[in-house]
Amino acid sequence: MKERIRIASGQGFWGDLLTAPRDQVTRGEVDYLVMDYLAEVTMSILQKQRRKNPSLGYARDLVPLMEHLLPLLVKKNIRVITNGGGVNPLACRDAIFEAAGRLGISGLSIGVVLGDDILGRLGDLRAHGMTLNNMETGEDLASVMDRVMSANVYFGAAPIVEALNRGALIVITGRTTDTGLTLAPMMHEFGWREKEWDRLAAGTVAGHILECGGQASGGNFSADWHAVPDLAHIGFPIAEASPDGSVVITKHRGTGGLVSVQTVKEQLLYEIGNPVDYITPDCIADFTTIRLSADGPDRVRVSGVKGRSATETYKVSMSYLDGYAAAGTLTYAWPEALEKCRAADTILRTRLQDLGLRFDEIRTEFLGYNSCHGPLAPAPAEVNEVVLRIGVRGKDYAAVERFGKEIAPLILTGPPSVTGFAGGRPKPSQVIAYWPALLPKSAVQPDVIVETH
Amino acid sequence: MKIRLLDIAHARSGDKGDAANVGVIARRPEYYPVLVKYLTAERVSAHFAGLVMGRVERFELPNLGALNFILHNALGGGGTRSLKNDAQGKTLGSAMLRMELEIEEQPIIRGEDNV
Repeated sequence: MKERIRIASGQGFWGDLLTAPRDQVTRGEVDYLVMDYLAEVTMSILQKQRRKNPSLGYARDLVPLMEHLLPLLVKKNIRVITNGGGVNPLACRDAIFEAAGRLGISGLSIGVVLGDDILGRLGDLRAHGMTLNNMETGEDLASVMDRVMSANVYFGAAPIVEALNRGALIVITGRTTDTGLTLAPMMHEFGWREKEWDRLAAGTVAGHILECGGQASGGNFSADWHAVPDLAHIGFPIAEASPDGSVVITKHRGTGGLVSVQTVKEQLLYEIGNPVDYITPDCIADFTTIRLSADGPDRVRVSGVKGRSATETYKVSMSYLDGYAAAGTLTYAWPEALEKCRAADTILRTRLQDLGLRFDEIRTEFLGYNSCHGPLAPAPAEVNEVVLRIGVRGKDYAAVERFGKEIAPLILTGPPSVTGFAGGRPKPSQVIAYWPALLPKSAVQPDVIVETH
Repeated sequence: MKIRLLDIAHARSGDKGDAANVGVIARRPEYYPVLVKYLTAERVSAHFAGLVMGRVERFELPNLGALNFILHNALGGGGTRSLKNDAQGKTLGSAMLRMELEIEEQPIIRGEDNV
């Protein structure tokens, strides 16, 4: 057994810094590169792409990235784990095999984890008593059933561990928990078993620290953002894991950013609920047991983590179509910039009313004044410029589209010293709403395929 | 005396559906009891009046010197439904730090914190 493995975070979301994965494998030694691509809304976008083209439906950035990195990954035996397979992990795998072929690489093992996509099984599951009702509101799925765009079970680390055990250099999954991507290599390397709850919880906590990339190593750091050096070349976080479950969070020497007790604390608190019950498919981690200590420059030791037994259910993430939305902006300059914004807003709303357009919501915000802190923001005495931002949302596509044609006219038919309409008419976008549910673990089985070409 | 939360704490926020969470972290260990005593769910709820439409829950993490707040119905519907510029509540952490607390204790503000 290895005494220590180094797991590097390469992407915190689809759209993250493209140079980060390369830096993680070239600027120092690592054993694993883990990359999270999937937000809740992402799955519905990928379903739409697959419907148009059956060979799509995954994070397409992955293919050029893998083509770029593969020679090095193979040479140094760095293993990659990613949920970028989206709703089509097999197509993603095939595209990477093709890239390997172009590079003349053979003998490459790629594992895929399938089975999380239950979109085609919803009726069947419900017929067998699994309601999939909204776990937050209790609403019956029947109310949105005909508008569901994606439905995916969150798998944990276990199927990834199986793929690693079977020799995969690259593991591509669909909807897997972000934390499972980091926990899996620890289970694989150190032989951690199910029911070793404290260790599984320790790996899960490490996964939570890594899952948002640079947000653990100095990005978005509220305590003292001035003190973070060289964010232009930020080093993404790396977890140095030991068999006993202790982990050191660090980054490559010579990179920018900062790993401190405070940067790690901020990430630990990101998007958590009750800290005693951090629930994943692998375990329940108790965040009130985490001990952090400084362990030298850009090194933070994480220890003491306690865990409890996993629940009997998987979380299911569904998305459904819920109408349309559009938003437009105009910029008003001094003098009386805010007053002009307010007047333009009134004019626009009057015109929408005259047109008889109905929306579920119209929202006006004044960027530069209150779009972030709302009524908590004190009114400024005098501002140089304010961006008026108006958004609408509704079921009627035509009404939302018509709204988009009412912004530009304000330039010549509203208050003066206005600009900033370079982007053209705002187009309606689909509103994708989120439907969380629970499903007994026995109802769905992950399917792991490892192939070598 | 009156102190600014900004001077004794830092914060990070994010979204969970239409709820936001705000983690508030004491800049020094001795500030944590002040947070526990004065930064109550009730005060936070009052502070966010007009911005957070639902209830506020508070959880304690003494091991990290931190409190975690869940602000319900805070994001105008959340996800892609929200028309807000800050649909994911990313700036609610700094909105929290606008708070001022009237405390009985002697001033304890120091220049440096434990980065």
